[in-house]
Amino acid sequence: MYACRKDEIKPEEAKITFAIPSNFPAPAYNFEDNQLTNAGFALGKKLFYDARLSADKSVSCGSCHQQFAAFANLDHKVSHGVNNCQGKRNAPPLFNLAWQKAFFWDGGVKNIETSPLNAITDACEMGTDIEAIIAFLKSTAPYPDLFKQAFGSTDINSQRILKSITQFTAVLVSGNSKYDRVMRKESGATFTSDELAGYNLFKEKCSSCHTEPFFTDFSYRSNGLDLVSADEGRSHITGVNADFGTFRVPTLRNIEYTGPYMHDGRFYSLDEVLEHYNSGVKASANLDSKLKNGIPLNASEKEQIKAFLKTLTDNEFIKNTLYNES
Amino acid sequence: MKISQYLLALLCPIILLSSCKKSNDEINPNTKSSFTIEFEHQVNGAALALNTTTYKNAKGEDFKINVFKYYVSNIKLSKTDGTTYLVPESYFLIDELKSVSKLITVNDVPTGDYTKIEYTIGVDYARNFAGAQTGALDPINGMFWTWNSGYIFVKLEGTSPQSTAANNMLTFHIGGVVDPSNTIRTYSTEINAANPLRVRTDAKPDMHFIVNAAALFTGTTDISFATLNFTMGGANSVIVANNYAKGLFRLDHIHN
Ligand code: HEC
Ligand code: HEC
Repeated sequence: MYACRKDEIKPEEAKITFAIPSNFPAPAYNFEDNQLTNAGFALGKKLFYDARLSADKSVSCGSCHQQFAAFANLDHKVSHGVNNCQGKRNAPPLFNLAWQKAFFWDGGVKNIETSPLNAITDACEMGTDIEAIIAFLKSTAPYPDLFKQAFGSTDINSQRILKSITQFTAVLVSGNSKYDRVMRKESGATFTSDELAGYNLFKEKCSSCHTEPFFTDFSYRSNGLDLVSADEGRSHITGVNADFGTFRVPTLRNIEYTGPYMHDGRFYSLDEVLEHYNSGVKASANLDSKLKNGIPLNASEKEQIKAFLKTLTDNEFIKNTLYNES
Repeated sequence: MKISQYLLALLCPIILLSSCKKSNDEINPNTKSSFTIEFEHQVNGAALALNTTTYKNAKGEDFKINVFKYYVSNIKLSKTDGTTYLVPESYFLIDELKSVSKLITVNDVPTGDYTKIEYTIGVDYARNFAGAQTGALDPINGMFWTWNSGYIFVKLEGTSPQSTAANNMLTFHIGGVVDPSNTIRTYSTEINAANPLRVRTDAKPDMHFIVNAAALFTGTTDISFATLNFTMGGANSVIVANNYAKGLFRLDHIHN
């Protein structure tokens, strides 16, 4: 019997949906002007993982945004682009982007749809231009067909490229960590006593900036990494002195897997991060007033906070085969 | 040339007065037509020629222009009775390098006599932050900042011996929509009521504007290339925008 060849029993394709966890508020991006379809998502995902879009054909979005690191860049402090060029910032993880109103560490980009443009055109990232990508896609099967399936015709333009990539990136929702299941009181999920102690410490010491449920309030602050920041941060966008050296408060979801940490990837472990808050906070000009005295933490408090932070890991998201390069 | 235009301007109303009823039927707000606008690029009265000709700014400093492009958007037309019409989806990128871009067609305009035109030099606030756009607003046109969402409204690049930048470069990328660095400026001009913009189904008028690229460097603040030769948004872009808000466009004539 040879009838049961694997490719002949294709299961019915699951409909791609944008699912809002019940403990999340309404999203900022809701696909109103970008109808989510299986074909659009599939095209966006293919583009995301296609290194041939970059100038030297070596780098894809997925090279810097790796699924096993919750789409951050696991092994690099600051991202590596084409020709081994080194960027100045650490690639942030990509999930729950539909709730973000601004992108990048300095909030310079305001729409998820236009956020891949910088990576595509930056000489240090993918180092190419959209015209070159369009020309490549037009002449490379099966792209024209994929655009037809996604948008109804084989026309390929920057808008379709960006909208399809967004059908992939905006669908990336991470809201199924242990923390979420405990919050949603799902089937007896409970914190261990260490996790619970950590959660209480976290609410007391961290959540004024790393606010639930996204573990960021999306504001720009300095947590005192340097006396004088080498990277302007937010003031590069606003031109305001009070924003010099401030960066978007990063999410802590999946933090176990998104290291190295901070905008320049200077810390390799959560221990180093906690020690920074405990003893390393520098009196930078725009240091957030809440951190004037650092955040004193003893050894057992550190362990408890770490235990809590690990409940923010969403294994279902990190291992979801729908999102991997297939 | 000038005299014949004046003659035409004088003759036009006569022709209209003596013409048959048909023309009245066509001033029907439900019928739409179009008109064209021609942008003639100059530098202080001389034709703009990229890369070759040397011009002088208000400070008497020499400069050449290699790139000159800008957005005109949200075209709004007014009638003498005060009613206005905002042309939907009116976004145009005018580029000295592409002669077709210097003659734009404005569609979907209700027929009628218009005595004022207004438009944004640049792109409105909302579109600066909107999702992926196409047409004139396609980022492929090189007028979109990828590190700080938003459009470059006016781009002038060139050289000046006075510029202290590398290779004596001049880089004026004007944009930004957030205070205090908001560079959205509106241009408006009255149209002589004796020769208004007459949009008809059977007559598509042409407006002719003179665009003076040197207006970036004078008007409110005379700019010296020794001190200002590079701006990509921010306070210096505001200085330039305040200059060109005054002198970039001048309505020269209308062919009805
Ligand atoms: C060479 C590494 C690299 C490549 C390739 C790359 N990125 Fe990024 N990405 C980054 C870095 C670094 C940042 C942060 C930039 C900053 O803050 O200035 C970033 C930021 C982003 C953000 C904003 C995330 C946030 O939370 O603000 C999105 C979305 C994104 N990238 C999507 C993409 C897509 C889609 C592609 C492929 C077209 C791509 N990236 C290719 C390194 C990369
Ligand atoms: C005053 C606001 C504030 C407080 C309070 C605060 N943080 Fe942060 N945190 C930040 C900012 C801002 C950054 C990013 C700094 C940068 O990269 O320049 C950050 C970064 C981090 C990172 C690195 C995340 C990444 O993906 O790179 C971790 C982990 C972290 N904080 C944990 C904590 C913990 C745990 C606490 C409580 C003990 C805490 N923070 C308290 C503002 C704060």
